[in-house]
Amino acid sequence: MTTTQKQGQKPSSGITLPPAQAINGGEAVAYAMRQIDPEVVAAYPITPQTFIIEKFSEYVADGLVNTEYINVESEHAAMSACVGATAAGGRAQTATSGPGLALMYEMLWVASGMRLPIVMHLCSRSFSAPLNILCDHSDVMGMRESSWPMLIGSSPQEAYDQAVAMPTIAENKSVLLPVANVLDGFTVTHSVERVEVLPDEVVKEFAGEYEPDIWALQPGSTATFGTLDANDFYFEHKRQQVEAMKNSLEVVRTQLNAVGEITGRPMNLVEEYLMDDAEIALVVLGSSEGMVRAAIDQARADGIKVGMVRIRLFRPFPVADVRKALEGIGAVGVLDRAIAFGTPGNGLLQDLATSTRTMPDRPLLMDFVYGLGGRATPKQLFRQAVDEVLNMNETRVEPDEPAYLGLK
Amino acid sequence: MTLKLRDLSLKPDLFGTGHGLCAGCAESVSVRQILSALENPPVVALATGCLEVSTTRFPDTTWKVPLIHSAFENSATTIGGVDAAYKALVRKGRMEDRPLTFVVFAGDGATYDIGFQWLSGALERGHKFVYICLNNEGYMNTGIQRSSATLLGAWTTTTPSGDARPGKPEWHKDMTKIIAAHNIPYVAQAAAHNWKDLMTKVRKAEQADGPAFINVLTPCDRGWRFEPEKTMEVSQLMVEAGLWPLYEVVDGKYKMTGARQKKRPVMDALLSQKRFSHITKNADDATIAAIQAKVDEEWDALQALCEMSAAE
Amino acid sequence: MPEQQSSERPLWQQIQPGGIGVNPGSTERVQTGDWRTEVPVIDFERCTHCMICWVDCPDASFEVANAKLIAVDLKHCKGCGICAQVCPVKCIEMVPDSAENRETTDVNSGNGASSESAR
Repeated sequence: MTTTQKQGQKPSSGITLPPAQAINGGEAVAYAMRQIDPEVVAAYPITPQTFIIEKFSEYVADGLVNTEYINVESEHAAMSACVGATAAGGRAQTATSGPGLALMYEMLWVASGMRLPIVMHLCSRSFSAPLNILCDHSDVMGMRESSWPMLIGSSPQEAYDQAVAMPTIAENKSVLLPVANVLDGFTVTHSVERVEVLPDEVVKEFAGEYEPDIWALQPGSTATFGTLDANDFYFEHKRQQVEAMKNSLEVVRTQLNAVGEITGRPMNLVEEYLMDDAEIALVVLGSSEGMVRAAIDQARADGIKVGMVRIRLFRPFPVADVRKALEGIGAVGVLDRAIAFGTPGNGLLQDLATSTRTMPDRPLLMDFVYGLGGRATPKQLFRQAVDEVLNMNETRVEPDEPAYLGLK
Repeated sequence: MTLKLRDLSLKPDLFGTGHGLCAGCAESVSVRQILSALENPPVVALATGCLEVSTTRFPDTTWKVPLIHSAFENSATTIGGVDAAYKALVRKGRMEDRPLTFVVFAGDGATYDIGFQWLSGALERGHKFVYICLNNEGYMNTGIQRSSATLLGAWTTTTPSGDARPGKPEWHKDMTKIIAAHNIPYVAQAAAHNWKDLMTKVRKAEQADGPAFINVLTPCDRGWRFEPEKTMEVSQLMVEAGLWPLYEVVDGKYKMTGARQKKRPVMDALLSQKRFSHITKNADDATIAAIQAKVDEEWDALQALCEMSAAE
Repeated sequence: MPEQQSSERPLWQQIQPGGIGVNPGSTERVQTGDWRTEVPVIDFERCTHCMICWVDCPDASFEVANAKLIAVDLKHCKGCGICAQVCPVKCIEMVPDSAENRETTDVNSGNGASSESAR
């Protein structure tokens, strides 16, 4: 019995103001999952993801979904079950965090290589050791090359809105890739905020059902999934994934626009704040946006023409959108919430450097590492970062090393 | 359909020709027999291993049934995902309910070692599937390395025989009993040479009300070092030496299957395989005595379990 | 299935995404009979059509029709010799795999299906 059947409502033509609820990001995601009603959810509890699967388990216990919920014994098994379910012809979702993502790492590549449109909600968390359950983007960076489109929201509302869009991105025939909906651990997963949710039938109509061309449970099917590629086809299949990732960028844009039209809350691949007249900028991922925005407001009050660029679509990296946002900007501070040990630049800096390298007047870049292992980064530190970027804009000298915000 | 070969030969083969498994490979024999014995159309999950790499090289496949391979350790979970999707698709009215049998083929490496946790979890959750362990007592696909199914004293490339250590130093894991301890409705041991016993067990496994597990001894002529035509003979010797008892555990009750099995010393079986040549060259070898003693002990324990089950 | 692979390799845009195998049983085109050094010769006079060779063949190389053994598929038989070992009436003999032996035995002479594909 689904909620739709219970309510017995048809999608209304004119959407009235959706009900607002005070829920955290975890519940917001679970709420969207209930509305989408995927055939299979397989997950293993891990802080800070646990809220999602606990809430979803309640929906299962209350008979509000058709979903088969599999209480697997590990995250690797979670993704393995999703792979089996999706190849079989069902829509499958999971959720995890940091070390759980690390445990399922093998299967991330299997899922994308087999072109299975699984949705994963990644509640970002640091990697051990030392053990730390709090937020940073080590896990986000850890999967960035695994051929998964990755969207990073900044609030429970965005986690919900993105969750509604995710299956339609993954299952688009020009994409057919697993996708990650990233919500920052604790700051989004556990923050109770006002979240406007859509009526069930609107989400159901938007998400539709998974309609694969080839599926193992298809009557009469004789397909072999997960074949061996020797050196004769592997290269070609990887090249196909490059194309699918490319295709996904415009699909993400279209689907975010479509959700935005329904909700009245537009979502862009790259979100800009006070960039129209900005001379310098900070670039950020995820929920630190709020604090960065406050620092920018303060700097603006101090007469500094600074803006903020938040990158929502992290993979595929929206190069054109980022370049457009940074056109005419003299200096950029890049906020990295993970360390890429031993590399010439941390993750986001690498992306920015590569994206801007051929711009005629490319902005100077400087990297700030912040917030590792849940370290709080107060507004003043981002405000200091603005000053350092301002200084770089004047001296025109890019530092070789990153700065570490809030390091004792 | 009864298990008469002439009748079964009328059914189309679900596992085709032209695969790359070695000449004399027991795995393909058992796979053909198992698929032939099934009454329902199967959906198969395959673990990485000899069978997988030899039968699914893109763009070709030997299989004529739907099949999913995703990794080495997780085929039980993969089929669990299929089982879950099946239930939900039917519940949603997106697919007709129809008789299907979910089958896993995995080697002893995938079953005893790297995939142990995945299998145990899937059994505990009660997905309805038939798990077939094609047990050739080693990692043959990667070139004959030891597994926890490898017999004591056996030569493998990671337990070579040397002056300090004569082959594998440990007794093997009793996986069948470990699976039986999950209290699933059907557990059995079978061997490649006894098609009727294997097929009968497959039928029972298919009918079981829950997960079923069959551990099939599939001698590997490359890894065990015997001539390809001897596959069935070696399989039979292993059973007759008590090294691989054929039995089943139905709803917790142990029962030997077939006629009297143990009728030879272990030496007869060991001599048939050159992986033991470093110990069989000396009839008084301490390892041989140790194997015989342990086989006798386990045999007696198994008989006791069967007697206890019969008395219940 | 085509007997030979096209000499031109398909381009990356042309192959099945995700590596899904969509040609059930297509390894049939692979000539594993090339591996063989010995070939089974069946004495059909003595064969009881018990099908033990059929059920114990790793390569599904015994061709049956109406529950009768009719031929060996020499395109795929790897010559392992299991059949000769398990045959209860010992009517299968392994002999060196030569053109002469292939041609002069019942294996190829009695039927059309397998002799076409045999080399």
